[in-house]
Amino acid sequence: MSTSIQRYTARERGNHWVVAIAFVLAALSGLALFHPAFFFLTHLFGGGPWARILHPFIGVVMTLFFIAMAARFWKLNRFIPADREWRRRIKDVLCNRDHGLPELGKYNAGQKMLFWVMVVCMPVLLLSGIVIWQPWFAPFFPIGLLRIAVVLHALSAWVLIIGIVVHVYAVIWVKGTLRAMTRGTVSEAWARHHHRGWYREMTGK
Amino acid sequence: MALQSLDIAARSATTTPSPQARGAIPVAKLIDISKCIGCKACQVACMEWNDLRDEIGTTAGTYDNPRDLTDQSWTVMRFSEVEVQEGRLEWLIRKDGCMHCADPGCLKACPSPGAIVKYANGIVDFHEENCIGCGYCLTGCPFNIPRFSKKDHKAYKCTLCSDRVAVGLEPACVKTCPTGAIVFGSKEDMIHHAEGRIADLQERGYSKAALYDPAGVGGTHVMYVLQHGDQPELYAGLPNDPGISPLVSLWKGITKPLMSAGIGLAVLAGFFHFVSAGPKEVEEEEERS
Repeated sequence: MSTSIQRYTARERGNHWVVAIAFVLAALSGLALFHPAFFFLTHLFGGGPWARILHPFIGVVMTLFFIAMAARFWKLNRFIPADREWRRRIKDVLCNRDHGLPELGKYNAGQKMLFWVMVVCMPVLLLSGIVIWQPWFAPFFPIGLLRIAVVLHALSAWVLIIGIVVHVYAVIWVKGTLRAMTRGTVSEAWARHHHRGWYREMTGK
Repeated sequence: MALQSLDIAARSATTTPSPQARGAIPVAKLIDISKCIGCKACQVACMEWNDLRDEIGTTAGTYDNPRDLTDQSWTVMRFSEVEVQEGRLEWLIRKDGCMHCADPGCLKACPSPGAIVKYANGIVDFHEENCIGCGYCLTGCPFNIPRFSKKDHKAYKCTLCSDRVAVGLEPACVKTCPTGAIVFGSKEDMIHHAEGRIADLQERGYSKAALYDPAGVGGTHVMYVLQHGDQPELYAGLPNDPGISPLVSLWKGITKPLMSAGIGLAVLAGFFHFVSAGPKEVEEEEERS
């Protein structure tokens, strides 16, 4: 057995999973109102009116907890020169040819891109969502603004959903990753292989 | 209210054909503004037939009463004092309410299956029992007609008395109009009737008199005879060339299938990447070392 390295504290994990659960619920109820093919998803929430009532509250929970999470991880997600090299070699990454990839910190460029996509999408979703929030806020805005908001809301939600599909798949694909968010630790070998810079920082090796 | 005696041509949030075995003649209500005296009997008849009672409001210095459409006022007379020429004041009184578009923006925007229907005769009706209260119909409507109820958070508007029309009666407002400014019949007949009225108005000096049946929404099943047909805006801001907003068309048009397919493709891409490239595993010796 190799030794483990702490990657996420219990608080960080809790924060992440609140955002994740809220995202799943918001995405399911939102998709239900986006395309008739998904309308059946309203049944998960107790019917159409309940899906409509709950969706914005779930969205607010998601955004608030995301802001907390973004504040935690902001600095770690700034791009560094090694990210360009990693991005240039994305084909090798995808084909599992990991030898000679640049030394990375806690996050690779893909993870960072997802982070910044979320940093853009979450506020757009929150603000456009408030504008179309019936019956509380929408009556205070002109219809022209509502029309812009519904399009922005759908567009940013779509980008976010695609981003999360990639995020979830990456966890399925890269073995040994999930435990970072369930138990908080990763194996030393995993850390050395995927995030050598972070591994050195954590172990001093 | 759902009316089994009227066949349905289109249903909100439904991608398969609606039941439409039986045919129907397109109907229309024609409102001749040159004949309207602003008595508001149509408003009263609408309240009576539909059992609506709006709150008593306050005056804003015009004859508009109530000031705006509400969930309890499905039609409102809008009074415009307009100086069409120097020294020639005209009082233009327009009965505002749902225009029953052939291409209804409300129906296009609605996400709830069957909450908005267009009957085969052209009437656009809200089935409030299916309404989820999202307000998307407000964004779809080019005429700013649907109104939310504070009691049940559902949208309401003129039904063109679909319940009366279904049993061969004319809408309540038509029945009551004392000057014959509102008439009802097949759309074809109403266009024919309007042509006579327009010819008459043109003879009497209203050279621009015209029928308001805007093509941008595929025509409407509520039409106006306008004395100043070249300037519909004079009539309390009646839009000159109404249409469903391009933003709504984008949102409820191509993006719906494209974005949904995009999400499905992203999931499939992941699956096929996994079965082709395989999982990314840290090698055994690395694990042991």
